[in-house]
Amino acid sequence: MLEVDIALRRGSFALQAAFRSDAPIVALFGRSGSGKSTIVNAIAGIVRPQRGRIVIGERVLFDSDRGIDLAPEHRRVGCVFQDALLFPHLDVRANLAYGERLTLPAERFVDRERIIALLGIAPLLHRRPANLSGGEKQRVAIGRALLASPRILLLDEPLASLDGARKAEILAYIELLRDEINLPIVYVSHAIEEVTRLADRVVVVAEGRVVAEGDTADVLSRPELNAASGRSEEGAVIDARVASHDPRFELTTLAFAGGELVVPNVDALPGEQVRVRIRARDVSLALERPSRLSIQNVLEASVVSLGGEYGAIVDVELRVGATPLAARITRKAACDLGLVPGQRVHALVKAVSIDRRSVGFA
Amino acid sequence: MLTAAELEIIALSLKVALFGLAASLPFAIAIAFLLARKDFPGKTLFDAAVHLPLVLPPVVVGYALLVLFGTQGPIGRLLEPLGIVLIFRWTGAALAAAIMGFPLMVRAIRLSIEAVDPRLESAARTLGAGRWRVFFTVTLPLAASGVITGALLAFARALGEFGATITFVSNIPGETRTLPLAIYTYTQVPGGDAQALRLSIFSVLLSLAALAFSEWLARRRHPADARHA
Repeated sequence: MLEVDIALRRGSFALQAAFRSDAPIVALFGRSGSGKSTIVNAIAGIVRPQRGRIVIGERVLFDSDRGIDLAPEHRRVGCVFQDALLFPHLDVRANLAYGERLTLPAERFVDRERIIALLGIAPLLHRRPANLSGGEKQRVAIGRALLASPRILLLDEPLASLDGARKAEILAYIELLRDEINLPIVYVSHAIEEVTRLADRVVVVAEGRVVAEGDTADVLSRPELNAASGRSEEGAVIDARVASHDPRFELTTLAFAGGELVVPNVDALPGEQVRVRIRARDVSLALERPSRLSIQNVLEASVVSLGGEYGAIVDVELRVGATPLAARITRKAACDLGLVPGQRVHALVKAVSIDRRSVGFA
Repeated sequence: MLTAAELEIIALSLKVALFGLAASLPFAIAIAFLLARKDFPGKTLFDAAVHLPLVLPPVVVGYALLVLFGTQGPIGRLLEPLGIVLIFRWTGAALAAAIMGFPLMVRAIRLSIEAVDPRLESAARTLGAGRWRVFFTVTLPLAASGVITGALLAFARALGEFGATITFVSNIPGETRTLPLAIYTYTQVPGGDAQALRLSIFSVLLSLAALAFSEWLARRRHPADARHA
């Protein structure tokens, strides 16, 4: 259980954040400058809050009322930063050993050989950080943090400086860690796909405050999170189960409360739980069920509300059975269709708009 | 090829410079770290005081040392009962040399510490290293090139030290007559030109050797970096 309740002020920036989580992966989600990094730095002990309390499990790391402020080296918090921050004067082996050597043998719970194998860094051991690619650096940084046997792992935008292919690679390693090593992870990101894919619980941070907190599908479907995620990213996250695979067309059918969804092949067994993110701008609306159509997903929905009275764009909040969905259409289209709350509509979702990156495994 | 007298002068010069360097290096590193990483009241004033020997005439520094460390001076009076007398001794010459080279050393080390990403130090702390360990395992190794450069500058400055030395500890053969003082002495006596020239050449060779040694040290520390530079 991670409990954070802190306040700090630095110049014109004020942070006041409180949340708790006992999820395997909790995401701190928000735009850059929102205060996410300050929160993880406070957990790590690099930044000292003016007031508050930070507890991991039974251990109080910081409590201003009781005058507790553990030094970073006594917190046992593993950190991985955006730019890895490997020690440039040490080779990979020495980087990995740095924290491990400082951990009492009795407190070590990770096995070096296993971590090296898990992260695939055995061929890199004798290299210097300057001779590693961005993805390799991040893997070594994750290994270095783990080998210090931390109680919690903080990943601060670990993918932000990587290209697409490297991002996917590191994401897969993080999923592997979550499944193989029983260690709570705090994942800081401004990318909604990463959060959808990894996190079980999301804390949304904006302008130094927690504006939403809860289960991933729940929180990321809330329309009021525009400010945190950026307009074009708005959408809904659906909890679903893999129903079947269609090997001939390489499609997967997902079942959720309210219907079924056909998407390009998902790498999961039938019955497995997944999270799917559907962006509002990928959803179209029709009053009647259209026929002879390339769109694979036609979902029966009802209009819950129409957002905004001005501008060219309207966000329509829908419900498919019990599941919320959002559609972004033009005001003209909404007018032409005469949309009103309570109305029955058909929501059209192109299967190809849901790619590998928008599906996460619960 | 070296006469006994010359050998004595060179050995004394090396002893004074090396001793001065060794004694002042830890202080230089500590002060460089303070100036690079810490904020405290009076920092600007402190910074200026450290740099003072760089801008003052060396004779003034020598005179200040004479006043402070003389047997009647405020510091000299305290040290005398402990058996430590600096005035007119080679140790005094080492002190003068160290003080004149000190700002150069602090400057070079401070710049290289400032170039070390403080987030690397934070990362080391989250891995379980305390402040001192972080300093010795991360900050100092990464600032090594600056430490070497600073030490070389200070050593070269010490070898060439003249004004403060002659003012503080005089020009005593075998005790405080280092290379520059010896060269000066020879130029003051008729027919000493040839000796002065010989000693000047040794001076040049010594400085070149120090330069080569520091280069070698810098390369040896970072073989990989040197290869990829």
